[in-house]
Amino acid sequence: MIRNQLLVCAGGACITSGEKSVKDVLVEELKKNNIEDEVQLIETGCMGACDLGPIVVVYPEGTFYQKVNVKNAPLIVTEHLVKGRTVPDLLYSEPVGEKKAHTSAEIPFYARQVKRVLRNCGAIDPLSIDEYIARDGYFALAKALEMTQEEIIKLLIDSGLRGRGGAGFPTGLKWKAAREAVGSPKYVVCNGDEGDPGAFMDRSVLEGDPHSIIEAMTIAGYAIGAQKGYMYVRAEYPLAIERFDYALSKAREMGFLGDNILNSGFDFDIEIRIGAGAFVCGEETALLRSIEGKRGTPTVKPPFPAQSGLWGQPTLINNVETYANISQIIIKGAEWFRSVGSLKSPGTKVFALAGNVQNTGLVEVPMGTTLRELVFEIGGGIPGGKKFKAAQTGGPSGGVITADYLDMPIDFDTVKEIGTIMGSGGLIVLDETSCMVDVAKFYLGFTVDESCGKCTPCREGTRQMYQMLERICDGKGKDGDIQKLNRLAETIKDTSLCGLGQSAPNPVLSTIRFYKDEYEAHIGEKRCPAHVCKHLLVYSINAEKCVGCTACARQCPAQAIAGEVRKAHVIDQSKCIKCGSCYETCRFGAISKE
Amino acid sequence: MSMNLEERLKENPELKKQVDELNVFIDEHGTREGSLINVLHRAQEIFGYLPDEILEYVAKKLNVPRSSVYGVVTFYHFFSRVPKGRHTISVCLGTACYVRGGNNVYDKIVKTLGIKAGETTQDGRFSLDLVRCVGACGLAPVVVIDKDTYGRSTPDKVVTLLNKYA
Repeated sequence: MIRNQLLVCAGGACITSGEKSVKDVLVEELKKNNIEDEVQLIETGCMGACDLGPIVVVYPEGTFYQKVNVKNAPLIVTEHLVKGRTVPDLLYSEPVGEKKAHTSAEIPFYARQVKRVLRNCGAIDPLSIDEYIARDGYFALAKALEMTQEEIIKLLIDSGLRGRGGAGFPTGLKWKAAREAVGSPKYVVCNGDEGDPGAFMDRSVLEGDPHSIIEAMTIAGYAIGAQKGYMYVRAEYPLAIERFDYALSKAREMGFLGDNILNSGFDFDIEIRIGAGAFVCGEETALLRSIEGKRGTPTVKPPFPAQSGLWGQPTLINNVETYANISQIIIKGAEWFRSVGSLKSPGTKVFALAGNVQNTGLVEVPMGTTLRELVFEIGGGIPGGKKFKAAQTGGPSGGVITADYLDMPIDFDTVKEIGTIMGSGGLIVLDETSCMVDVAKFYLGFTVDESCGKCTPCREGTRQMYQMLERICDGKGKDGDIQKLNRLAETIKDTSLCGLGQSAPNPVLSTIRFYKDEYEAHIGEKRCPAHVCKHLLVYSINAEKCVGCTACARQCPAQAIAGEVRKAHVIDQSKCIKCGSCYETCRFGAISKE
Repeated sequence: MSMNLEERLKENPELKKQVDELNVFIDEHGTREGSLINVLHRAQEIFGYLPDEILEYVAKKLNVPRSSVYGVVTFYHFFSRVPKGRHTISVCLGTACYVRGGNNVYDKIVKTLGIKAGETTQDGRFSLDLVRCVGACGLAPVVVIDKDTYGRSTPDKVVTLLNKYA
């Protein structure tokens, strides 16, 4: 008889933090204490609180142990499981105060979340189809197969579900278009090319709950009349590929995929296609070319994939998180789905909290949650007592949400009004040490690298903008640069072929809109207010603190530092190349950068 | 290339073994529509990179023009036409890693090994790559060496880390 279950988080971050060796120690320790038959150890998908990993949860109590390592892991067995005492040292405690949390529900990071998309992530063994079924898995498929195609699509339209990949297009309408399109065969595609840097919810769903995607794609196949699905995953996610592939084989064994699914007469199967490191393949038309085995260059829309997609056939393409919502809508209905979220953006959204925030990880909250709740209540605020500056959303296609908008409810439409996009849900928190010109340059550098080169505005325009930003950060900015950037940005937006180019200028436009003063300081005063842009820094030696050890002078690659032994040194600003080696070398804190 | 692949296969059993391995994969998957990218993935796994003669071979086997194969290989970052080092270091410069100092980690590796992204050390020990987000943002900055991911890396930690890889 199993009396306890040990859930060990085997999400990407916990594995990085040493989950495998912790698991081995636990298995070993269970054997040593002769309770391996009474305690079941399950490796789950991502539990979300990446910063606290590796995480081990003991059921039925739900005791949440965090930052477990090979040294303290045996205590979970010898203390908790053998003697029935919790291990206080491994419990989560608030950054301030002594209070310890026993279960995840007591941790603010979890307490405010509404888990729909992530309901199974971290709760079940992703390799076990039985555990998925035990949580109503494939029930939606059975139900859908008894509905008509029209009923399924109407249900989706009524639910108001919008595509979680970024643009927020109504999912039901997409399905409707694909169903009504003339042509056979039709295809169902899942976009798992999660390229937006800073977003990793799709990875977590594919690794932690792969069957939910298989089920939804199969329902989609039935609803639009397709018999073949493609799962496109980026090559950077080998674990997701492995687990999804395994899940496919199990689903086939159980008759949820293949011929005559659940005796309905409906045939459907899914094939995995692996990306090869091209960001543009997240754009749907480029992704389809990539599945065809070609260069991933986008094509003009219309025709939309629903009319002419894979090999010119009608194709339905949705993002991973969108699919992850489907089966629950089928089971629980449109009303239930609309019970959280905002009017025009119902449901939940998964955000990947990262950057300069205390609690990093995946969080799922109702649409319309404010940035303040996300960053300060769930995220625990900014570490090191620093000040919140902005949150970047939408990656290279998005912009910033500043401190002024902390209380604005976040959904697809509100963020658009202030010049950014929801994107796939990456939320990078920036504190006062971030330079916004540098951030804009960072994103544009990304686009320049990732532009496929097919259309000129994107290929050449982003490069021109990047070079301008580079000049500005190097202290060579000129009057009128801001206007030029704005003008070029508008042209690129208007004339680029695909979403990548059309949105590439957003990070620049958004930061100019809210942080024009920083651009002006770089251009006019040759100063970087956040002390980030290397060429705008001035290094100087504080004569009172300098002991004349000569270490900096010896380290300086430009021979810019002069001075006698045991006497204060001086930096010759005309020779200084601002490499910062003196600053790093000085052990007396005598060198300042401004 | 002085000899063609067929002649070299006769003289080089090692190479023949690798090509046979690739054939097994092509026989199983190569007939599916659009399988070129999957086949190239497998080829790179087997050979470590994509030598020109293998690209030619793949083109013939799949009945795809050589120009298309070349086009695909040069389009995707993942494919390399030059040999890689024994270990591949990928420094993540996704946004989360960038704002948490991933570029300092990268600079340190550049200084230590004397190579830039896309290059390989003279002794063939390390290749260095920059990647944009491996999805472990919670532990930024992240460095991936071969299949191991290291989170919360710092310039100093990373140098010690490199010593583990001979």
